Amino acid sequence: MYALADCFRLKRQNGSDMDDNKIKNRIEHAVFICIILVLGLFTQNTYYLQIMTFIGINTLLALGLNMLIGYAGQISLGHAAFYGIGAYTTAILSGTFGISPWLSLLCAIGVAVLIAFVVGLPTLRLSGYYLGMGTLGFGMIVNILFREWSSVTGGSSGFVGIPVLEAGKVSFMSGQNYFFLVWGVVLGAILMCRRILASRMGRALRSIHDGEKASLAVGVNTHYLKLQIFMFSASLGAVAGFLYAHFVLFISPESFGFMVSVKMVTMVVIGGMASVWGALLGASLLTLLPEVLHGFAEYEMIVFGLILMVVMIFMPQGLTRGFLDMYEKARKKRQ
Amino acid sequence: MGMKKSVIAALFLVLILLPASSLMATSVYKVGGIFSSTGRASFLGDPEKKTMEMMVEKINAEGGIDGHMLEAVIYDSEGDPAKAVSAVNKLIHKDKVLAIVGPSTTPTTLAIVNFVERAQVPLISCAAGVKITTPVKPWVFKTAQSDLLAVAAVYQHMKNAGIKKIGILTVSNSFGESGKMQLLDQAQDFGIEVVQVESFGAKDTDTTTQLTKIKAASPDAIVCWGTNPGPAVVAKNVKQLKIDIPLYQSHGVASPKFIELAGDAAEGIILPTGKILVTELLDDKDSQKKILEGYQTDYSAKFNSNVSGFGGYAFDAVNMLANALKGSNGDKNKIRLALENTRNHVGATGEFNFSDKDHNGLSPEAFVMVEIKNGTWKLID
Amino acid sequence: MQEIIQYLFSGITTGAIYAVIAVGLSMLYSSTELINFAHGEFVMIGAMSMVTFWVHMALPLPVAIGCTLALGCALGLLFERFAIRTARNPQPIVLVIITVGASIFLRGTGMIVWGKDPFSVPPFSNHESLEIFGAALLPQSIWIVAAALLLAGGIHFFLKRTLTGKAMVASAVNQKAAWLSGIPPERMAVLAFAISTGCGAVAGIFIAPVTMSSYDMGTILGLKGFCAAMIGGLGSLWGAFAGGILLGVLESLGAGLISSGLKDAIAFILLLLILYVRPGGLFSAKEAKRF
Repeated sequence: MYALADCFRLKRQNGSDMDDNKIKNRIEHAVFICIILVLGLFTQNTYYLQIMTFIGINTLLALGLNMLIGYAGQISLGHAAFYGIGAYTTAILSGTFGISPWLSLLCAIGVAVLIAFVVGLPTLRLSGYYLGMGTLGFGMIVNILFREWSSVTGGSSGFVGIPVLEAGKVSFMSGQNYFFLVWGVVLGAILMCRRILASRMGRALRSIHDGEKASLAVGVNTHYLKLQIFMFSASLGAVAGFLYAHFVLFISPESFGFMVSVKMVTMVVIGGMASVWGALLGASLLTLLPEVLHGFAEYEMIVFGLILMVVMIFMPQGLTRGFLDMYEKARKKRQ
Repeated sequence: MGMKKSVIAALFLVLILLPASSLMATSVYKVGGIFSSTGRASFLGDPEKKTMEMMVEKINAEGGIDGHMLEAVIYDSEGDPAKAVSAVNKLIHKDKVLAIVGPSTTPTTLAIVNFVERAQVPLISCAAGVKITTPVKPWVFKTAQSDLLAVAAVYQHMKNAGIKKIGILTVSNSFGESGKMQLLDQAQDFGIEVVQVESFGAKDTDTTTQLTKIKAASPDAIVCWGTNPGPAVVAKNVKQLKIDIPLYQSHGVASPKFIELAGDAAEGIILPTGKILVTELLDDKDSQKKILEGYQTDYSAKFNSNVSGFGGYAFDAVNMLANALKGSNGDKNKIRLALENTRNHVGATGEFNFSDKDHNGLSPEAFVMVEIKNGTWKLID
Repeated sequence: MQEIIQYLFSGITTGAIYAVIAVGLSMLYSSTELINFAHGEFVMIGAMSMVTFWVHMALPLPVAIGCTLALGCALGLLFERFAIRTARNPQPIVLVIITVGASIFLRGTGMIVWGKDPFSVPPFSNHESLEIFGAALLPQSIWIVAAALLLAGGIHFFLKRTLTGKAMVASAVNQKAAWLSGIPPERMAVLAFAISTGCGAVAGIFIAPVTMSSYDMGTILGLKGFCAAMIGGLGSLWGAFAGGILLGVLESLGAGLISSGLKDAIAFILLLLILYVRPGGLFSAKEAKRF
């Protein structure tokens, strides 16, 4: 809590001579860290810790995809493939071949980035529904490979025997340790995304989103840029897959199928495109919703579908923007 | 106007998000259940869930266990491993259950095995996969017959019928894959040669291509390993292509629904099944008959539908758990030990003999071979 | 040789199913530039309604087909009116998520209405399978191919020869200009939706007898239909038809000659190759464009 107060003091003191945006970002990050620390240290119940860990993993997925959909304006309906590639690479390397999981993390990222490059090179030349279909097809093919290459991946029964993560004497087994590991990675990813967005590349990206031809005309190598972002978002997916695999210690192709890809897109869109916090919100909602909807039993699907439709109909900018707009309007009315 | 709409939308969301309140009660034994009561494997999970609810109600009506009422907390895994993991953690850490029954499928079970082992909570799975109890894990048991036994039963029948060459057609999910592995592994032991291996998708509308390929390899019989509805499509296609060799199916289709789906095409199909399907045909001396009849009467009275072998897995799991809970005083280790020492327990699926080396505890007698004749089951030998 | 012919027959049957679904999708795209991800669910509703009307209520076949068709169109109408038109910001990605939400909603509703068990529907005509060069051809396959041809032909005729159809095309080409010349774009959109979901229901009606119907059958069928429409070129009716047949035949040949486990992978690899080589699809003159 002190840290929080510090942030506000910082804002008041330096507000005049520092870039406003920068301060805002710093405060946001500080608040974020505080929330994580409070949640992580004071939550004793493993169930809640585990849910929050899943939220973290999903946030990573949403962050990566948000860079692609929200900022670069390119849709991907097959992103669960990278999630799966990350998970399976580390599972096979550390589980079957006994390589250190940390080394296999690097390999997982490497493999995902390489595949993203090879696939992205021709696919990202497509656009709109054609891009959607191209990425969807890629996702399906990868998923079928997970299923059919059973001598290596364990096939549809799944892969058993993924080792627990360890660093020195610390074992990432208890809920708390893993919670901090995942959210530490999320924080790193958020900082990285923001760094990219603030750079020249970020501005070029947004120019693609607003009009690809125009940005091409002013000298942005759009294809190369899209490819870079695609690779970046694939690497975040692979990291999420790595974290998922070493958390659950079991993976099967179903966890990386088409519906998961759709869920990822939904997280981005519901939370709010082109917003880092939107990704967090979307991931939290889509992870929590099924938990809460358990009470509806048979009607869970109906309610979930309805929520999705209602949010998109009335808040097409996503919840982050939707709530902000509502707040603004209410404030204006009062004045 | 727009404002109003947004407010309504927000209100709607809040209403939806209000968590379902849970009832608290004292001095109850809480047991958990994870079943795929919706989703692809709902044909497994639905009867299992209903059976568990029914059994718990019955045990409570009879005064509970050592004076403790039973409370079942059941979650739906939708056949999704990630959902199963979330459910198992909720059961262990939030609901603080003494033991867990389920899940219904092999992947969902394998996904949660690590969590129950770590938290040391007894689990009685209702899934078929061999991997669940081999190697033996201290806290994990299962009541469903392994596909190992089912394949052995099928092959024994083939051997007696003089079938030497077979083509196999399996569904591309964990059930089919596990079956395929067993079919290939055990073929040699029975002097059978697998001449063609094909697979089909769980939602395929047509399998004539695969069957044509199998037909071309001229086998003596075809084995199809899958769960409804795919195998019914296979049965129809076999008739349509006029393939005139015996068709064997797995215990995955052992339910009246299969005959309804395949219609005329079901005639002459041979399959292994738990005894539950053919209760009336069993010899009166069969120790399982009485138990099966009791279960069937209760189930159809309560749910107005027929029992299936899948519900039987949950029936056995709950019964054995109830026995193990007796005198345990809610101590999980005692429950585990009591489960492991369960001997000669006659259940709906078969006679269970658990030991520290065998956490499935069934013998090949748990299966009988049946043939479909005139739209109903007929026992073979 | 005999096997190859059998593969072809199987492929054409499955392909015709994809074709009917693809025609519905393509028709909607050509008049509203929207891809309906809930299309597969309308196929499911068609098949399951056949179970209700024909098998359970024992209505005569034409009446059952009529009822199912009416239901499919009516649901499409409601869907357009309440979900698509009320959308505040009809950006394509928003509309896509709305249709995804609708598909989950419809699947959930299907599960409540029809239960979780699969059902089977008897074939329309009770003939033995025909033998041609030693390969078996199912009578129902002929029904499906005929339905696909009729549907594509009918819609083609409607769009090219009738006033309403031409108005629909006009409003798709340029909505404002069409509005200026007195065409009500909303009514055109609603009509397009009803026809498209009706096509979905038709697909369901005709495939119910060849396969088993259950509440969750729609997703993969919708995806394959989408795939077929892409291969043929979005918005082109005959392209969608040809794309469907091609997809079915290649899938079947792939399963027969290469590996049945990789059957679906073969379909999607084909899709990717076509997208890379000829991004607009095989039969489309238009260039692939943004949403």
